[in-house]
Amino acid sequence: MKLHKYALFAVASALILAACSGAAPTAPPAAAATPAPAKPTEAKPGEVITIEYWQYNFQSRIDVMNDLIKQFEAANPGIKVIHNSEIPNADFQAKIAAAAPAGVGPDVATLFNGWLTGWVNAGYLVPLPEKDFPPADIEKNFTTLVQGTKFQGKYWAIPTAVRSLALFWNKDMFKAAGLDPEKPPATLDEFVEYSKKLTKTEGGKITQQGFAVEMTGQAHQWFREVLTRQYGETPFSADNKTLNYGSAKSCEAFKWLTKFETEYKTGSNDLFDGATTAFTNGKLAMHIDGSFRLGALNSAKGLNYGVAVLPTKDNIKANFGSFWTHGITKKGAADPKRMEAAVKFLKFITTPAAGTAWVKGTGELPAQLSAAADPALAADPKLGAFAKQMSYSVATFFVDEAKQRQNLIDAFDAVRLQNVEPCKALADAVKKDQALYDEFWAKNK
Amino acid sequence: MASLSQGLSSGPVRSRSDSGPLLAYVLLGIGAIVMIIPFFWMLTMSLKDPSEILKPQFLPAAPTLDNYTQVLTRTLFPNWYFNSLVAASVSTASVAFFDSVTGYVFAKFEFPGKRIAFLLILATLMVPTEMLVIPWFIMATGVKLADTTLGIVFPGLITATGAFLMRQAFQSVPDELLDAARIDGMHEFGIFTRVAWPLVLPALAAVCIFNFLGNWNAYIWPLIVTSQRLTMTLPIGLAFFSNEAGSAWNLIMTGATLSTVPLLTVFVFMQKQIIQGVALTGMKS
Amino acid sequence: MSLKNRRVVWAYIFLLVPLAFFLVVRAGPTIFAFDVSLRAFNPMAEIKPYVGFDNFARVFKDIADPDHVTRKAFENTLKYVIIGTPIQLSLALGIAMLMNSIRRFRTIFRVIYFIPFVTSAVAVAWVWRALYMPDFGFLNLVLGLFGIPSQRFLFDPNQSLLSVTAVVVWQGLGFAVIIFLAGLQAIPETFYEAARVDGAGRWRLFGSITIPLLNPTIVYLAVLQTIAFLRMFAEVVNLTRQGDGGPVNTTTTVVLRVFREGFGSLNMGYAAAMTVLLFAMIMVISIIQFRLVQRRVEY
Repeated sequence: MKLHKYALFAVASALILAACSGAAPTAPPAAAATPAPAKPTEAKPGEVITIEYWQYNFQSRIDVMNDLIKQFEAANPGIKVIHNSEIPNADFQAKIAAAAPAGVGPDVATLFNGWLTGWVNAGYLVPLPEKDFPPADIEKNFTTLVQGTKFQGKYWAIPTAVRSLALFWNKDMFKAAGLDPEKPPATLDEFVEYSKKLTKTEGGKITQQGFAVEMTGQAHQWFREVLTRQYGETPFSADNKTLNYGSAKSCEAFKWLTKFETEYKTGSNDLFDGATTAFTNGKLAMHIDGSFRLGALNSAKGLNYGVAVLPTKDNIKANFGSFWTHGITKKGAADPKRMEAAVKFLKFITTPAAGTAWVKGTGELPAQLSAAADPALAADPKLGAFAKQMSYSVATFFVDEAKQRQNLIDAFDAVRLQNVEPCKALADAVKKDQALYDEFWAKNK
Repeated sequence: MASLSQGLSSGPVRSRSDSGPLLAYVLLGIGAIVMIIPFFWMLTMSLKDPSEILKPQFLPAAPTLDNYTQVLTRTLFPNWYFNSLVAASVSTASVAFFDSVTGYVFAKFEFPGKRIAFLLILATLMVPTEMLVIPWFIMATGVKLADTTLGIVFPGLITATGAFLMRQAFQSVPDELLDAARIDGMHEFGIFTRVAWPLVLPALAAVCIFNFLGNWNAYIWPLIVTSQRLTMTLPIGLAFFSNEAGSAWNLIMTGATLSTVPLLTVFVFMQKQIIQGVALTGMKS
Repeated sequence: MSLKNRRVVWAYIFLLVPLAFFLVVRAGPTIFAFDVSLRAFNPMAEIKPYVGFDNFARVFKDIADPDHVTRKAFENTLKYVIIGTPIQLSLALGIAMLMNSIRRFRTIFRVIYFIPFVTSAVAVAWVWRALYMPDFGFLNLVLGLFGIPSQRFLFDPNQSLLSVTAVVVWQGLGFAVIIFLAGLQAIPETFYEAARVDGAGRWRLFGSITIPLLNPTIVYLAVLQTIAFLRMFAEVVNLTRQGDGGPVNTTTTVVLRVFREGFGSLNMGYAAAMTVLLFAMIMVISIIQFRLVQRRVEY
């Protein structure tokens, strides 16, 4: 009698346990490994130390990294690297954060440079050991962008590759509009002129856009770091505590940007499913984007495009750089053997050779100056424009990249959709950003 | 609306003019078209070649099944489908059993603390899952349940709504039947499974169907507890056909069609039971 | 052991697992959520110190700030409730009455109106997003046939909230129709006949018989739909670009903000405080419902 009852409870629990064992139900089609918890190691010689490396899901990066890992493991038979690259970009920070309290997670992680301060604040990263990564060497061998990540007097992460912005233009559209397809606009004024010429309408609807401001893409970076400088402003104070991109000069830059939609009507991010898609599909003549776009553009059928340096104003050249950078987590640092392995791995993936390999696979530029100085790079029709601008690219010291981006998007939308006066909209956005920075610095000495 | 008066008479006797029902048919027909059009659009978009998708046209110029091949063979769609199926099935099996047991006890037993237990379960109805996702998330990652089937289903293995529905259903089971079985020497568990349970099948079916549906379409919790593409369920995976680089509309629409069609077929065949079940939940109010 | 006591023991045995479940999965986490809301909770950090009611103070301060996105989230959510619930219920009642008045095709109509309800919110959102597209969406194509200029719908701050509401109303319509239909069919014909004999006209019948007798159903559906709107998340995330809550935050909801603050900016304490507020709102509504239904026990 009781047997019956136990039997049924057993069935029910078996059901639940069956569900328990179900991690990934079917074999993954791609060759991505699932993370296993890192085991503490014994002091046996010939023992293999396993470290975990996490980066976000992006096929070309995964492929290059897999190659690098193979080379690294071959040169270091005592170390095995588990590569977790399954998490989508949008989730990456949250899911790493989630794993932290459970003691699960990477020993070496790749993070967006804008997240660095947040991770350091939470105590998640350990500083790069100075004997292995002397700051003087970093400053000598790596692009100045990296120096922007110095925080509390130390370096916490080091990148393989960096990206900057460039002007993408559709050569066929240029030709059709009577413009020289090999000569993109060099100044902001030319840029405006061209964009008007390249816009086509039919019955009141735009059928071809000259230029569309993609605030949700890179346009906010373009405004914050590049246009403000070209209008004579320094967007951030040297100590990154005061924000100046809401000043009168910055406002002129902002107004210039809003006119594309409010006055010249050369296009909008609302049309054709967004500016990036529009450019890829041949509905947009000019586009400001980062080098990470090259992959998608190269596979777009029938797209004949060129890449140029950003247009200048009053001969002021400026560019915005960003990068994904690698750091060692507190989990990795907890065990001396894993820490040693992690340091070795980190050194390996940030050599000039690694940088060069990265370029080929992903279209990003090497972070190491020697690799970036490769003349082949400057001569490359697509990468050349990015390479030329590296020497004057600046990385932003973000406090909350998502919120800062959204504040500018909202300001831009307020102007073009709700007729708010541009300087007021901008000032409101910068006020919100300043509050974020004030709060951040209050917590940090 | 003239048809309102027609609405009031639920019987066959109709002394009003016959333009009433005709107007009703027309209005209902127009409404039905509005309800169906999005599905039609979804289907036609799934048949369009990617280059045609962004063109302002009603029908595809060159309909193709390429999108279906791509979604089924070159994306993780089959994984997501399987994950959703497993999760929904496990959850429904658990609910079918435990919700019934809970409902049965509250319907047919008296015991000290019954009121408190009842209120506890009732109280859980008022707490929205959105409030619990943060604690669940921390709990789940703490015991390494993230990205597992159990992690996805554990919050819904027993539901208060199901339990209450089953309680109502069991209340209409005559006590005499149960007492007779007791006199016959049957033990309580057997009475539950062999006498009472079979009598509440319609309610059970309704609970199962709703639970399966709810789990299949669940979004916020699976979104939070899964971080790897392999372990995602359908709704989550579908959303990832779009990212900051743009949306693969052809894949999204194809995925949406593929995920809707099976549910639709089941629904069309079982619509009578399903709709009865829905009405049942309304009656309980 | 006496028969009665044995049954009590069995009751406890049966309830063992379910009660344990509710304690561990529902009650415990509820308390945990309150706890998180009282801390500065960054999941990445080692310590999550208690900060008393700081998070709540910040939420209220942000709600008081007309420019703040938290305030917009609460405003929008309330707008969804106030606009969406009456529209959905009125439409559903009208459709149910129409359906009640016809004899043929009733089953087919019931099925068709119910189909959107069984579809996942994500699929629905993406399909409608495509329908709403300014330049190649179905709706603008149709408007174009009538010479009406293209509307921006989801991209227009004045239309975005209504556009999202329409989607949610569309999806939930079938459920309300079925419930109303059942309710209508439960009204005895004799009531109407008696009233007609007394000389009551159509509108009188509707107002004095149908609505009052449907009152429990109306309240039930209103509360259900209100709570559903208060918890809205999946639709807004999938209808807006990158799930950001619409142009200038015109469609963002409380739960979307909770998600972004908690899992994006890692301010889980603040996010948890928002969920506590949400819980309070839902509790208030449920209590109001309870009172309303209790009052109307006549007939």
